[in-house]
Amino acid sequence: MKRIAIFAALLASGSPLAAEVHTITPGDGAQERLQEALILAEPGDEIVLSAGRYDLTDGLSLDVDNVTLRGEGMDGTVLDFTSQAGAGEGLLVTSDNVTLRDFAVENPKGDGIKSKGADNIVYHRLRVTWTRGPHPENGAYAIYPVESTGVLVDGVKVTGASDAGIYVGQSDRITVRNSIAEANVAGIEIENSRNALVEHNIATRNTGGILVFDLPNLPVMGGGNVIVRNNLVVANDTPNFAPPGNIVAGVRRGTGIMVMANEDVLIEGNVLSGNPTAPVMVIAYVQPYEDERYNPLARNIVIGENAFEGGGYDPQLEGGEMLKAAFGGELPPVMWDGLGSLYVVEGTPGWTLNLTEQGKGLGAASPAPLTVEPPVDEFDASEIGAPAELDERL
Amino acid sequence: MTRGLALFLIASASLAGAIGVRATTLPMHQVSDAAVLSEKLPRLLSDFQFFEDGPAQVPAYRVLPYRLNTPLYSDGAEKLRFVYVPLGEETSIGEDGLLQFPVGSALIKTFAFGAGEGRRLIETRVLLHRADGWLALPYLWNEEQTEARLAVAGARIDLTTPKGEAISYRVPNKNQCKECHGLDGAVTPIGPKARNLPAGWLDASFGLSHEEAGVMPLWEERQSASAEAAARAYLDVNCAHCHRPGATASNSGLDLRWEQDDPHALGIMKRPVAAGRGAGSHLYDVVPGKPGESILLHRMLSNDPGVAMPELGKATVDEEGTEAVRRWIEGLPES
Repeated sequence: MKRIAIFAALLASGSPLAAEVHTITPGDGAQERLQEALILAEPGDEIVLSAGRYDLTDGLSLDVDNVTLRGEGMDGTVLDFTSQAGAGEGLLVTSDNVTLRDFAVENPKGDGIKSKGADNIVYHRLRVTWTRGPHPENGAYAIYPVESTGVLVDGVKVTGASDAGIYVGQSDRITVRNSIAEANVAGIEIENSRNALVEHNIATRNTGGILVFDLPNLPVMGGGNVIVRNNLVVANDTPNFAPPGNIVAGVRRGTGIMVMANEDVLIEGNVLSGNPTAPVMVIAYVQPYEDERYNPLARNIVIGENAFEGGGYDPQLEGGEMLKAAFGGELPPVMWDGLGSLYVVEGTPGWTLNLTEQGKGLGAASPAPLTVEPPVDEFDASEIGAPAELDERL
Repeated sequence: MTRGLALFLIASASLAGAIGVRATTLPMHQVSDAAVLSEKLPRLLSDFQFFEDGPAQVPAYRVLPYRLNTPLYSDGAEKLRFVYVPLGEETSIGEDGLLQFPVGSALIKTFAFGAGEGRRLIETRVLLHRADGWLALPYLWNEEQTEARLAVAGARIDLTTPKGEAISYRVPNKNQCKECHGLDGAVTPIGPKARNLPAGWLDASFGLSHEEAGVMPLWEERQSASAEAAARAYLDVNCAHCHRPGATASNSGLDLRWEQDDPHALGIMKRPVAAGRGAGSHLYDVVPGKPGESILLHRMLSNDPGVAMPELGKATVDEEGTEAVRRWIEGLPES
C-alpha cells in the first residue's frame, strides 16, 4: 500500500498538468518579474508573493483562468503603487476562477483591484488602502468586480476610496462578508447586480455605509434580490469627498444603509449606530433619465428586525433642523421617499417624504411618520449569494 | 565565393527581377509561416522573417506596408504598419468593415522616434492569426538596433517625443495588448477597417472594394472635413476599441464607435458610471457647446494616471486630437 502511495505521488508530480508554484520576491525588477509570472502562468498554477514591499510603476494584470495569486498576509505582502505612472488600476483580472488572497495594494492611482468579466472570483484577506485617508484624488474603487457571475469577497479591508470601498457592479451571485470598509465615500456598494448577500461586515467612518443601487443606461440592468444582514454599520459620518460628477457625490454624510431604485431587498439583523442623516434610507433614483429598461423606484424593500441606536440626529438634508424639530428632536431611523413599496417590521419607527412622483426633491415633500405594512411573506433567499463551491478555495 | 552559392545568387536575382521586387537585395526573405502558426512564443522578431532588413524596416516578400486614414495617437511615434497574408489565402471584409485575414496572417506595427539617421526603433507589436485565434505580442528593440526581443512583461523606455517632451514610454505587456485588442474575450485586430483604409490600397492589395472604404478623413486633411467627421473618426480609432459593447470599458455604457448614432451612447448628456475622480468636477461625458464641462475632453487633456484617457498607449496629451474633439463638442447644438 505504501509503495502504491509513493508511486501515485510520483505520478502526480511528474504529470505535465501538475500545477506549479511560482514564487516572486520584492526588489529590483519586481514589476517585470511579477507581470511575467502573471502572463506565463498556466491554469492551475499558484503565484506566491513573498513578504515585503513591491514598488510598482505600472498596473498589473492577470488573464489566465484558474490561477491563485497569494501573498504572505495583508500586512506582509504590499504592492505599493505610490509611484504608479500608468494603467487605470493596480491589478486587473480578466479571467475566470481566480483566487486573490493575503496581500495588500496601497495607493493605486485609479482603482485598486478590478476584475471584469471574471467569473467565480475570490477576494480573500486582501487590503486596499489609500494611506493619506479620505481625499478626492484617491482612486474610485478599492475592490471592484464588474460584469461577473460568482463573486466572493471575504475578509478584506478597504480604506480611503473616493467612490466605494467594495464595489460590485453589473454582476450576479455575489457574497461580500467579514470585511471592513472604513473611511470611503461609500463603504460597500452593490450596483446593477442581482442575488447579492452582504453580511457580517463592518462599515464605519464612511460617508454612507452600505449602498444598494440601480442606475440607468448601463449594459446590465435590473438590480435586485439582495440581502443586507448582520452588519455593523457604525459612525458613518465622514463628509462626502467624492469628485462632484459621481453618483455617490450625492450621498449624504451619515447614511447607514441606502437602497435606491432596486427590487426585493431585505435588511435585517444589522446594528446601526451613529449614522446622523438616516440609519436606513429607501428612495427612488432622483435624476431625470432616458432608459426604457429602467425602473427608478425602490420596490418590495423589506426592513426586518435591526438594532438601532439613535436615528437622524444631525441630518444633512435641506430643512434638516425644521424636520428634526417636527419629529421631536431626531428623525426616526428609517427614511423613505414614499415611492415604490416598503415593508417594515412593527416597532421600527420611520418617516416618509410622501413624494408622489419620481424626480422630485425634498421641495415636493410632505413629511410624515411612516405607516407601512409589516412584511407578509418569508423573503426568498434561494439563489442569493456566491456559489457554494467558492468557499472551498478559502 | 563558391560556385554553388554564386549560382544561387544569380537565380535569386533573376527571380526577384522577374516579379519586380527589390532585385538589389539578396537573398529575398520569405516570412516564416511556421513561426506565425506555431504554438510557441518566438523569442526574436527576426524569427518571423517579416523583414528583408529589420533595422531599416524593409519588408519581406508579401509583407505589405499600409496606412490608416485616421491613426491612433501614440505620443507622436512614427508608426510603420505592415500586413502579411500567406500565399493563396483569401482576405475578405466582415460585417463591420473589419478585414478578415486568414489563419497564418500577421499584422506588424513598429514604433519609432526620431528622424533620419537619428531614428530609433522602440518596439514592434505583432498580431498573429493562429489556428486558435489571434495572439498579440510585443517585441522590444535593443540599444544596438539590431534585433527586437519578445517582452511579454513590457518595458518602460525614457525618450523624447517629437514635440520635445521627455517621457517614460510604456511598451505594453501581453495582457495590455489584449486590453485594447480584446472583444468578447478574444483578441482581434482593430485598425484595418474598410472605412479607415484608402480605397485604392484595398483594391490594389486584396482586390477588395467596400462602400465605406476610406470614408474616415485623412488626419492631415481633417481641417477640410466636418468637425463631426474628424472628431468621430478620432474617437472611433482612439477610444472605441475599449468603449464599445463587449470590450474593456463596456461597463461604462459609453460607445464611441463610428457607426453609433445614439447621442446618449456617445456620451452626450450621459452621466459617468465609474469614472471616479476622472470626472473632475463635471457631471456629463459630453455637454453640447461646452467642451470645458465635458468629462470626455477633461480626461483626454489629463496626464494623470487614474484620470487620463486612453489609459494605455500614451503618456502625453494629443494636442491635435483634443482640438478636433473640442471643435466637435463646441459645435454640437445646445438643447
